[in-house]
Amino acid sequence: MRPGFFGTTTVSPLRSPKRLTQALSGIRICDFSGQLAGAGATRFLAAMGAEVIRVEDPVTQGYWDVLRGVSPFVDERRGADFGGPFNNHNVEKLGVTLNLRTETGKELLRELIAVSDVVTENFSAGVFARFGFPYEELQSIKRDIVYVSNSGFGHSGPYRDFKTWGPLAQACCGLAFSTGLVGQHPAGIGYSYMDHHGANMMTIAIMTGLLHRQRSGEGQWIDVSCTDAGALLNGPALLDYTVNGRPMRRGGSPDANRSQSPVMAPHGIYPSVGEDNWIAIACRDDRDWEALATCIDANWASDPKWRVLAGRIDAQNELDELVGNWTRRHDRFELATSLRDRGIPATAVQRPRERIDEDPTTSEWGLWPEVTHTKMGQVRVDGIPLHFSKTDWTIARGAPCLGEHNQEVFCGLLGHSEDELQSWQIDGAI
Amino acid sequence: MTDPVGPLDGLRIVELASEYGAFAGKLMADLGAEVIVVEPPLGHRSRLFGPFIDDRPGAERSLWWWFYNTGKLSVTLDLNAPEDIDRLRTLIASSDLVLEGEPPGRLEELALDYEDIASDHPELVWVSITPFGRKNPRSSEPMTDLTLQAGAGPAWSCGYDDHHLPPVRPGGNQGFHTACLWAVEGAMVALFAQRTLGFGQCVDVSMHAASNVTTEAATYEWLVAQATVERQTFRHAAIRETPPRMMRSADGGSVIGALPRHAREFQALHEWIIDLGISDQIDEFFFLAMGVERGGVQIPDIASDPEASAVYQAGADALRFVAEYLPAKEFFLQAQRRGIPAGVMYAPEEVMEDEHFIARGFPVELLHEDIGRSFTYPGAAFHAPASPWRVAGRAPNIGEHSEMVLHALDEGAE
Repeated sequence: MRPGFFGTTTVSPLRSPKRLTQALSGIRICDFSGQLAGAGATRFLAAMGAEVIRVEDPVTQGYWDVLRGVSPFVDERRGADFGGPFNNHNVEKLGVTLNLRTETGKELLRELIAVSDVVTENFSAGVFARFGFPYEELQSIKRDIVYVSNSGFGHSGPYRDFKTWGPLAQACCGLAFSTGLVGQHPAGIGYSYMDHHGANMMTIAIMTGLLHRQRSGEGQWIDVSCTDAGALLNGPALLDYTVNGRPMRRGGSPDANRSQSPVMAPHGIYPSVGEDNWIAIACRDDRDWEALATCIDANWASDPKWRVLAGRIDAQNELDELVGNWTRRHDRFELATSLRDRGIPATAVQRPRERIDEDPTTSEWGLWPEVTHTKMGQVRVDGIPLHFSKTDWTIARGAPCLGEHNQEVFCGLLGHSEDELQSWQIDGAI
Repeated sequence: MTDPVGPLDGLRIVELASEYGAFAGKLMADLGAEVIVVEPPLGHRSRLFGPFIDDRPGAERSLWWWFYNTGKLSVTLDLNAPEDIDRLRTLIASSDLVLEGEPPGRLEELALDYEDIASDHPELVWVSITPFGRKNPRSSEPMTDLTLQAGAGPAWSCGYDDHHLPPVRPGGNQGFHTACLWAVEGAMVALFAQRTLGFGQCVDVSMHAASNVTTEAATYEWLVAQATVERQTFRHAAIRETPPRMMRSADGGSVIGALPRHAREFQALHEWIIDLGISDQIDEFFFLAMGVERGGVQIPDIASDPEASAVYQAGADALRFVAEYLPAKEFFLQAQRRGIPAGVMYAPEEVMEDEHFIARGFPVELLHEDIGRSFTYPGAAFHAPASPWRVAGRAPNIGEHSEMVLHALDEGAE
């Protein structure tokens, strides 16, 4: 008798007993989500104690998630177990392989779903159903399953079948347009910002499903659309259009280094001493300006025309040039500190090295934990920007190698024998 | 049968009005919580953030306030007055979760910090959103979204190939949004655990940390390989220069598309160009057929095999020609319908009028019965039929619910 197949979720967890007291102890997620927009969601829940079992395809060596083999690498070794981004996004997860083209693979997945609380995926719309696992099937396997799908355009609407990836969806939801400088074409966001928040929104969706189930005993299918999630992140600009009829696309591009909501000036990123060194300065109000004018200590700064916001906005280009000519003579860190001491928001634009290795506020937070990856060894990864006073997160284990936990899950959790495991390996079912 | 309610239905959240945490409170109101935003008697300062309806400033006219405070109730309290401090304490005691972004020490002075409250109310969940963490003295320093994104990494990765131009912060208060999304995740996990483990706790959100872990490759290139990414126009910041991505379209818009690599992609592009009747305008059109015949191109071959390189380049050039030939949205739709991944660069407002977003119910109408008008707002980021995301109503006017909420509290206290 295979435990759990027709049973409930009361199958003992795989992790060490300390995890029983974590925030999400006892929650098991059967996880097909990858890349960043999917893997980034279950990553946080794993760090909070959920048992996340990542299911991958042995035939393609898990390369549906291309990050498995993508740089950066810790050394000269290459392959599906060495991609730095994959390790970063999949810490604290278990990894199994299942070939869903085979009946055995499908049967094992049914067994796994039967003992899971949540099923997650971020395939293109319809793909998971075509594997033979539409929501109705998941529900018939596990009555109260929480199923969360996440795709570029969601599972309904005329674009549901469109193929997307990060930069493309980031353009379609309006986020890329809003990032640029005046007089220039939009620069776009230079990383998959929307994927980060597709992941964050997916986490909120998973917790929505779990909280509702906790209260009602009822599961559901929650459909996340990354472009809906991205579009939501432009609120005041959207209202300026729907309420005032003022579009953001009007004679030139918006300037993201200036501030339209709330209106502030000066407000920009200005040059400082050294190559490609910059400082951000924001005057929130006339008082901040007055303080800044004192620091600048030049005749032009005491010109009364700058004293009120309207004057500073009217001649913003001139003001930015004057401020920039002043900042370029200063060291960005020293200047930022002295401005902040006077109550003016100011920060050096930090390079990765500076904010990661030289900024005590991130190291003291424990923001760069070191994990142990079975093949890569010790690697630092992103931490969590939250601390919980009683059940804080743990990130210590690296991402799973391909199929690393097949034995632990198929034998330990689902109760199969070593012999079966071996025969499935030979058959190509796992 | 009753209408389904959001996952946080039945929970009361007390939010101390702040620029930092407003979005988190809005999201939790959308998810069904009763969110009571506590403001000073004359209203929170963010009510004076523009833009304003009809461009006329006023505390009830800020579109910033409108967006970030949908579905909340407003109670005004004067935290310089002892009786109002007591009322806040009672209000907090009646709640399930507190959301605040106060500088370190401020709540301690009022004996209203988490530790002061938690001893009597261990079940309470407390979410604190501050620049560097609730106990870090630097959290008292002034911070705006610009300085946050400059110090925490996002700005370094955004901008133009020309590095004489400054780095650019992602537009639209994204640093604050990032912290607030994390805050909601933390809040929901803590609420879940409160019911299983039986105790509440404090969730401390560092805004600086949140943006630091929201920069993708910039961070892990450094952590893993001590390499520094450099910004590039309209593509990911990278350690090596990558080819331009964005293409201009016939109507002056911008589009992005996947360059053909597989045989079926060359096939789709080939057919598309024939259907458009422009094959004679494209140099080396025959290379597309060659792309089909040779079974596509392998990325590693592009550098070493002249034929692969020529075919790949021809595919890229042909796609660019089509992009320049069609209006932006036509290019996007036609490409996608032919199986070529593509996107159109929408301005934010264009999303609200796109048939897909409308079909998904993303734009929603909200009644402002106080001024007799309705406006379209952005709606749900996901569909959860059994516990839906719902924008419950317009943002509150100053102290609009003081009487109702405080009266009920006073009655409860008697």
